[in-house]
Amino acid sequence: MQPTTRETHHAGVHEPHHEELGFWRKYVFSTDHKVIGMQYGFTALLFLLVGFGLMLMMRWQIAYPGQPLPVIGPLLHSILGDAASPVLDANGALRGYSITADLYNALGAMHGTIMVFLAIVPLAFAAFGNFVVPLQIGAPDMAFPRVNMASYHAYVIGGVIMFTSFFIPGGAAQAGWTSYSPLATQIPTNGQTFWIIGMVFLITSSLLGAVNFIATIIQLRAPGMTWMRLPFFVWAQFVTAFLLLLAFPPLEAAAVMQLMDKLAHTSFFLPTGLAAGGAIANVSGGGSPLLWQHLFWFLGHPEVYVLILPAMGIVAEVIANNTRKPLWGYKSLVYSVLAIGFLSFIVWAHHMYLTGMGTKISTFFQTTTMIISIPSVIILSCLFISLWGGSIRFNTPMLFALGFLPMFGIGGLTGLPLGLNYSDIHLHDTYYVIAHFHYVVAPGTIFGLMAGIYFWYPKITGRLMNEFWGKVHFWLSLIFMNLVFQPMFAQGMAGMLRRMSDGGANYSLAKVGQDAIGGLTDSIMHWNITISHAAAALGLAQIPFIINFFWSMKHGKIVTSDNPWEATTLDWQTPTPPPHGNFAAAPHAYRGPYDYSLPGEPKDFTPQNQPA
Amino acid sequence: MDIPYVAQPRQDTGLYNAKVGIWLFLASEVMLFGALFSSYIILRVGAAPGSWVHGLLNIPIGTFNTAVLITSSVTVVLSWSALKAGNFAKYRVLQAITILCALGFLGIKSFEYREKFLHYEVWKTDGTRLLGHIDYNGTHPLFWKTETLAQQKLDSIKFVPDPYHYTMTAKEMAHARKGGHGKEHEPVTIKTSEITRLSSFVPAHSTYFGIYFTLTALHALHVLGGAIVIAFIWGPGAKLWKTDPDRYINRVEVSGLFWHFVDLVWIFLFPVLYLL
Repeated sequence: MQPTTRETHHAGVHEPHHEELGFWRKYVFSTDHKVIGMQYGFTALLFLLVGFGLMLMMRWQIAYPGQPLPVIGPLLHSILGDAASPVLDANGALRGYSITADLYNALGAMHGTIMVFLAIVPLAFAAFGNFVVPLQIGAPDMAFPRVNMASYHAYVIGGVIMFTSFFIPGGAAQAGWTSYSPLATQIPTNGQTFWIIGMVFLITSSLLGAVNFIATIIQLRAPGMTWMRLPFFVWAQFVTAFLLLLAFPPLEAAAVMQLMDKLAHTSFFLPTGLAAGGAIANVSGGGSPLLWQHLFWFLGHPEVYVLILPAMGIVAEVIANNTRKPLWGYKSLVYSVLAIGFLSFIVWAHHMYLTGMGTKISTFFQTTTMIISIPSVIILSCLFISLWGGSIRFNTPMLFALGFLPMFGIGGLTGLPLGLNYSDIHLHDTYYVIAHFHYVVAPGTIFGLMAGIYFWYPKITGRLMNEFWGKVHFWLSLIFMNLVFQPMFAQGMAGMLRRMSDGGANYSLAKVGQDAIGGLTDSIMHWNITISHAAAALGLAQIPFIINFFWSMKHGKIVTSDNPWEATTLDWQTPTPPPHGNFAAAPHAYRGPYDYSLPGEPKDFTPQNQPA
Repeated sequence: MDIPYVAQPRQDTGLYNAKVGIWLFLASEVMLFGALFSSYIILRVGAAPGSWVHGLLNIPIGTFNTAVLITSSVTVVLSWSALKAGNFAKYRVLQAITILCALGFLGIKSFEYREKFLHYEVWKTDGTRLLGHIDYNGTHPLFWKTETLAQQKLDSIKFVPDPYHYTMTAKEMAHARKGGHGKEHEPVTIKTSEITRLSSFVPAHSTYFGIYFTLTALHALHVLGGAIVIAFIWGPGAKLWKTDPDRYINRVEVSGLFWHFVDLVWIFLFPVLYLL
């Protein structure tokens, strides 16, 4: 089957589907996996921006504690009331409004929640997975289109509940994205209740999505698309779906129990003799705060791999395509990703070394944590070796993919001292931890996702994004990402704790001399300001992307072929954009996913559906 | 292109799509209930000696309810095989029994819940604790707690104590129950000032009742959800039998798999919560 190229139906950028649907069926209640993928993509990018905005407000407070928040201070005060408290000058005149510690805590908790559960997972798993996986396996749609739609709607409801919680009396949840009990239940506002109910919807959404993805990959592979002919991206999504399927339900159980603690006054996570606000809490006691942490991190650690595996899949696709040679060690990649999936279920308590759960348990989890780094390193090594000897095309998607490799490398390697319980004692709950996981997720995963956006944009819209502004976006992002997160390693090692609402200003007052233990030196404190400026600049660096993204929809260079990157996988062997049902004729896979530069072939790429 | 394997199984997997879907869904359900059972174990192992509540549930009623659910499991599979043999009328009758069993189970469960809500424990200032019922002008009130006494401005309550307490071993409790049988227990009057805590058997009473109500209510929601789906397929959804019988049979099978899972959860719940 030869793809229908742009020339054959040139006017067709906005060509309607062969069956005309009304606005609601087409954009809101659509069951088409590509539309649902785009719905997820837009919503998740929006939440990415919201989460970034929350972080900027926090960074202001860290750099300039108690100073009036510029531009949006009055707005915050008018919406949230005294959570943004007035700042007066020496004469009693109003200078503006600053962020209270309560609001800071809410911003912190919601930044984490929104970024993880509403931005990155929906973008990496649901958006890319929905759009690309059925195309890559040669399927007409997902196995359960209506379940797919329900999944998106549950996600939106969960997102709305989370976002609304800012505006209820007392504000949003304040106990961190991990919502540790008893703190989470003892804060006397309703933010936590909203958080839990929002989470239940988000968990439902990802459960429906995960069932759908796995069933689709098992059942709807095109004839000839054997397991070892699947593109690596599909493998990554397959394992991710299993992680979501099996790791999320324990958090749902925990959320139900925390909701009971909050509303029915049970004591699942409240120990005997708990005192809150100077008085013995009026509860039966007998519960276990550690239980919450176990259940939370049983989700929490697989969740880390949910964040990273889809990005690795995207990067693998982009690298194979732009080095014009097969991925090095495809089978190693597949087995490594399966090993990660399995091992990620038995490493969770390395988040809990300081809880006093016992040294024997710590040793076990330290061992499994070291073991799980092996498949991660294999994956990264395979991707690096794949570059060797390739004639690399340095287009924007490839730049982001190449940026991913060292950034994820830094994120992964700096995790080792946290996985060893002895060094973790010093680093636990400091800015070092923040730097570590942000290197994994921000310049790691987000770079991977950006690579994916630039890469599949022409398949979705029929137009390319602007290369020049794409490169500007990449280089500025790379510089400012590192400027934001690199100094945090130093701050963390110097002992700066991660949850202080004034960036350590009060804590550093306790210092006796320049090098006193317990205080923070001025040089360490000064990084706060540098980082905050870099974070603002990072925000500005996204403007080229946002403009490019929308501008290119109407004015980008029109692709001259259905396969502008000259790729081998089936997603590029469809009309552009793919119609309802995806393929012009039922596809058949005859070969592996990365047959680039085969000797004796006329072109340097041989699509999977080309007969041997 | 239409979505393949909606009704017929794929050759290499031997399954149609919905069957893969339901098994995956059940895997996640196993993790959900597994997490709650694990929590039960951790809470029970960590409980202070003598503080773990046991022996307060109605075992005969629980056993009867188990039988009700098992009956429904039998009828659900028989109805599927009847349908597979093309006998729609027999399917209708058997599946109606399934739905009635589901409703019966929920009815009995809510009766059990009510029994707990009017059963009390009193913690007294002298350290003694009593189980029993409150006699409030000849009625048995539900859901009273310590604050209720002040709200109702009561100086004292009339309390009909039980002869047993969960601080006893299971054997001692059974003995005390037998000894107290037939004898009408005299109500005692307890002054409000002597009461440090009063609670009916609600989730807030103790971690045991917390996990009991959480697990059984979550299970009851599953029973309700399963019954609604089965009833939908049985009633308004039965039009599909005429247009696409293969898919209709698949729906009955998939909902039946879910129903078996719901029964299986109860098979674990019953001994763990009632007998241990």
